[in-house]
Amino acid sequence: MSDEHTQTGTGWPQPAEPTRPDGPAGEPDPRPEAPDPDELSPLSPQERPSGEDEDPSAAPAEGVAAAGPAAVVSPWRRFSSAAVVIVVLLGLLGFTLAVQLKMTSTDSSLAAARQEDLVRILYDLEAREIRLRQDIAALEESQRQLRSGEQGRQAALEEATRRADELGILAGTLPARGPGLTVRFQAGAKPISAVRVLDAVQELRGAGAEAMQISGGDQATVRIVASTYFLNGENGALIVDGRPLTGPFTITVLGDPATMRTALNIPGGVVASVAGDGGNVIVEEREVAEVSALHVPRPLEHARPVS
Amino acid sequence: MIAVLALLAGVLLGLWLDPTVPAALQPYLPIAVVAALDAVFGGVRAKLDRIFDDKQFVVSFISNVLVAALIVYLGDQLGVGGQLSTGVVVVLGVRIFGNVAAIRRHLFRA
Repeated sequence: MSDEHTQTGTGWPQPAEPTRPDGPAGEPDPRPEAPDPDELSPLSPQERPSGEDEDPSAAPAEGVAAAGPAAVVSPWRRFSSAAVVIVVLLGLLGFTLAVQLKMTSTDSSLAAARQEDLVRILYDLEAREIRLRQDIAALEESQRQLRSGEQGRQAALEEATRRADELGILAGTLPARGPGLTVRFQAGAKPISAVRVLDAVQELRGAGAEAMQISGGDQATVRIVASTYFLNGENGALIVDGRPLTGPFTITVLGDPATMRTALNIPGGVVASVAGDGGNVIVEEREVAEVSALHVPRPLEHARPVS
Repeated sequence: MIAVLALLAGVLLGLWLDPTVPAALQPYLPIAVVAALDAVFGGVRAKLDRIFDDKQFVVSFISNVLVAALIVYLGDQLGVGGQLSTGVVVVLGVRIFGNVAAIRRHLFRA
């Protein structure tokens, strides 16, 4: 489609001739804004008054007049080859046109986007990824802090619970169990006096007793705490924290059994004193002794904690 | 007439089959279509000028498409594919406009 074609004015070209006969430049175009000859690419070298290329009947009529019998076959061949090719090409054009239109109109995804748009989208996504990563890092940091804070609170809670248990055992508000002794006082001729019981309690405290209770013969049991007092009642009874207990008395104590047994058996100690009064003290070691009686704490009226 | 029918048949076939364009051909297909459109409009104008030639139409059609695709391919290889395809589209668009103007003058005498 390079060079223009002139109308030779001779009608049908000779088959042996080159398809582009030389000559003057294309016919002068009367239009002022005539395109350059290249745009007139499908110019035909021959002039055809009928102008019907697809009409095979028109061409031979001219061809016979101009070039003889050889030209009679030529238009047929040209029709069957070139026109068929034209039809095929135009069909292909329509096909690709439809395909392209459909793809462009329907495919709005990234596959149809231009490269600059893709680059911009990529930048946006990368920036967003960086932001999200920063968010993740910040959230993980705060999660770590919260977790450590929770662990701290947990440890504080465990410590507080442990202290509350200790103090509860010490104050007699919690039951306790562990190794210890049972000390049984059996009265002889004279009843067991409160002084002897108090001596025994002091001795056991000095030997490291951690929890104590005293029970009478009627299974009434009183927890022995710091404020417990012992009084002599009537008929050999013992008043402990206001509750009368009848003999024989049994003190259950938690602590180191060997130490407490030794403390009770020292010369001139509890066992010796009770024996001197005619009574008897039976000390038994227990693998697991249980102090189950509870002391009801009194509300404090005067003392206030100093915080 | 046959050409118009062939064009319509191609469009219908394309709509009906709905094929997917291979990724390697995707940059070249629009340019090739535009180039072919340029050739078609040139052919119509030549027809109206009564200077239409089958062979030349075929050659110009094919070479238009091939040259356009080649230019875009070259541009892709050189890294200026987008700009070069834009330039090709502009040139072909100018030519199509000129051809359409000629056709219009033929048809409407204006």
